[in-house]
Amino acid sequence: MADLSDRYVPEYRISHLKALEAESIHIIREVVAELERPVLLFSGGKDSIVMLRLAEKAFHPARIPFPVMHVDTGHNFPEVLEFRDRRVAQLGVQLIVASVPEALERGLVQEPPDGTRNRIQTPVLLDALEKERFTAAFGGARRDEDKARAKERVFSFRDEFGQWDPKNQRPELWNLYNGRIHLGESIRVFPLSNWTELDIWQYVEAEGIDLPSIYFAHERSVFERNGMLYADNEFCRPREGETTSIRRVRYRTVGDASLTAAVESEADTVTKIIAEVAATRITERGATRGDDKFSEAAMEDRKREGYF
Amino acid sequence: MDLLRFATAGSVDDGKSTLIGRLLFDSKSIFTDQLEAVEAASQAKGDDYVNLALLTDGLRAEREQGITIDVAYRYFATPRRKFIIADTPGHIQYTRNMVTGASTADLAIVLVDARKGLVEQSRRHAFIATLLRVPHLVLAVNKMDLVDYSAEVYERIRDEFVGFAAKLSVPDLVVIPISALHGDNIVTRSANTPWYDGPSLLHHLENLHVASDRNLIDARFPVQYVIRPQSSQHLDYRGYAGTVASGVLKPGDEVMVLPSGFTTTITAIDTADGPVAEAFPPMSVTVRLADEIDISRGDMLCRPHNAPTPAQNIDAMVCWMTERPLQPRQRIVVKHTTRSARAMVKDIQYRLDVNTLHRDEAAGQLGLNDVGRVQLRTMQPLMVDPYQRNRATGGFILVDEATNTTVGAGMITSGS
Repeated sequence: MADLSDRYVPEYRISHLKALEAESIHIIREVVAELERPVLLFSGGKDSIVMLRLAEKAFHPARIPFPVMHVDTGHNFPEVLEFRDRRVAQLGVQLIVASVPEALERGLVQEPPDGTRNRIQTPVLLDALEKERFTAAFGGARRDEDKARAKERVFSFRDEFGQWDPKNQRPELWNLYNGRIHLGESIRVFPLSNWTELDIWQYVEAEGIDLPSIYFAHERSVFERNGMLYADNEFCRPREGETTSIRRVRYRTVGDASLTAAVESEADTVTKIIAEVAATRITERGATRGDDKFSEAAMEDRKREGYF
Repeated sequence: MDLLRFATAGSVDDGKSTLIGRLLFDSKSIFTDQLEAVEAASQAKGDDYVNLALLTDGLRAEREQGITIDVAYRYFATPRRKFIIADTPGHIQYTRNMVTGASTADLAIVLVDARKGLVEQSRRHAFIATLLRVPHLVLAVNKMDLVDYSAEVYERIRDEFVGFAAKLSVPDLVVIPISALHGDNIVTRSANTPWYDGPSLLHHLENLHVASDRNLIDARFPVQYVIRPQSSQHLDYRGYAGTVASGVLKPGDEVMVLPSGFTTTITAIDTADGPVAEAFPPMSVTVRLADEIDISRGDMLCRPHNAPTPAQNIDAMVCWMTERPLQPRQRIVVKHTTRSARAMVKDIQYRLDVNTLHRDEAAGQLGLNDVGRVQLRTMQPLMVDPYQRNRATGGFILVDEATNTTVGAGMITSGS
C-alpha cells in the first residue's frame, strides 16, 4: 500500500511579510492604473524608504512611473538629505522639493511663534500638489501609528482643500479600490496601511534595505526636555537649566529636527533594533513626537486640515 | 509566520472593544503610552477601572458618544502569527462597515452578552459573516463572570445559535465562553469554566488552518497593469502585472485570455526578486506570455478548460451603502477585479430582512444598509464566478458615476 507521505501536497504558504508586500504592490499598481499624475511623498524616514522600495518592485523591470516629492521643513538631519539624494539618483526618478523655507519667504505661510514647522507643512504640501497637478499622493502612513489613522482607508479621499472628513469615507472591500475623483480633488494613498512598526523593521532586515545612519545607535550631544531627549543642533537649542551630555542614542522616527526626539539605545544593527522594538513599551510616536502630546485628537485635527 | 485577518462584531454594550483591548493588552501589543492615555481618559470619564474599550475608540465623536462609529483596523502579533482586526460597529446603522470588514476576513467573532443571549444583532452579524462567506466563525459568549460562569447559560446560547446557524451555510463554527473584562478563556483556558473543553480564543486564532481557505483550483489572473520598460536593457519586455486571484499558475501553463478567448503559454512569472516557479494567491506577480496578443488591463487569464463566465447579466446579493435608494432602471458602475463597466439595474428581486432572513419581494428598492437580490445588465462582459466559489472573482463594488462614491457591494450568485 502506498505511503501517503509519498505524495507531496504543497501548501502554497506565504509569510506575513510577503503577504503585506503583495498587497502594497497591488495598491501601488492600482493607483497608477486608475489615476493620472501620482506622486510619492518621501520624507527619508524608514516608512517612506520601504514604500519607495515597494514602488520599485511594483514596476520592475521598468522605472517607477511617477516622481518623488519631499516636503522640506528646512529642519533636516543632513544624513537624511544625503540619503534621499543618493536613493533618488539610484532609481532614476524625478525629485520635487516642496520647500517650507521658500514658502515662508514668499509669504505663503508664516512661522508660528514657537518656531515649530509641523503645522505649516500642510499648506506647503497642498500648494505643491496643486501646482504640479498631482491627483494622487502616496504616503508611508501606517494605521498602527495613531488612533486617527486606524480609521483611515487605504485610498483616502481629499476635497479640493486637501481636507479629510472621517465620517465620509468610501467603503473598501476585498482588494477593490475606487479611485474616481472630480477635477480639483485628490487622493492620498497609504500602501503601508496594514504594516506595523515591527513589520517595517522585519522587512528592512529581510530585504537588506539601506537606511539613514541616524536610525542606528550613535553618539550625540543631547539634552532632556519633557521626558524626551533632543539633539543639540542648529534647530534645537537647550534652554536655561537644560544640560547637554553625550549619550548613545538612535532615532525611531525621522521628522523635523527641531522637535524629533531620540531614545537611548545600543541598537546599532537592524537585528538589534528589532529586538528593541519588540520589547519596547512606548509607541513610536509617543516616545518621540512632541507635537502629538497636545491633545488626544491632535492627529485627527491635523488630518481634517489637510495635513498628510 | 503567516497572517490572519478577522472581523469583530458585536452590540455596543457587548464588550467588543474590551475584548480587542484585552487581546492587544495580553499579547503585549499595547504600548505604555497608549495605556497611559487610556487610564487618563478613563479617569476623566469617571470610570473607576481602566476602560480598555477606550483604547480602540479613536475618533473624537466616538469618544464623546462612547460608541464606535466606523471600522477600525488594529494590529497585534504573537510569535506564531500576525493578526489584522477589522473592528466593526454593532449598530445596524453601520452594517455597511461590517460588510466591508468581513470582506477580507478569514474569521469573524460574533460577540454576545451571556446575560442577554442571542439578540437581533447577533443573528444579523452572523448572517453578514456568512453572506460575505467568511470561512470561520467564532461565537464568543461574553460576560460569563456575570452569570457565575454557568455551563447551562453557555449551552443554551450555543444550542440556540447552532439552531439558527443551521439555516445559513455557516462553515466552521466554534463557541467559546469568555470574560473579556477578566480575561477568562481569552489567552489561556480559564479555571472558572472547567466544564468547557474547547480552545481559548487566542489559541484558536493562532492555530486555525487558513491556508486551504483560498481557492487554489480555479486559476484566475486579472490583468492589472501592463509593464513595458521599452529601455535599452529590456527592449521587448512585455509583462502583465497583477495579483493572483485564485488557483496556481506556472511557467509552461497554457492559458486563455478573456474576453478575447485567445490562448497562449506562460513563458515566465516574474517578481522584482526574480522569476518564480509558481504563483498563487495573494502573490502580486508579472506574467510573460509566448505570444504577442492584444491584452490590456481588465482582461483575465485562466486555464482553457476552466474559465469564468464572461457575463453581462449578473445576478447578485447586494449590500447598499448610501442614502439614496437603489432602484430599478438606475444606472451604476460595476468594478469587478480590474475591470469597470457601466450597468443598469434590471430588477430588484427582493429585499432581505437581515434579522429574520425574510424575503420581501414587494420592496422594489434597497435603502441604506439593506441587502437584497439584484439583477444587473452590464455594458461590457465581466469575467465572473459565483461568490460562493471564489471570493476574489465573485465580488464587486458599485460606484455612482455622478458622485464617484462607492455605493454598494455585491456577491455574485450567477452570471450569463
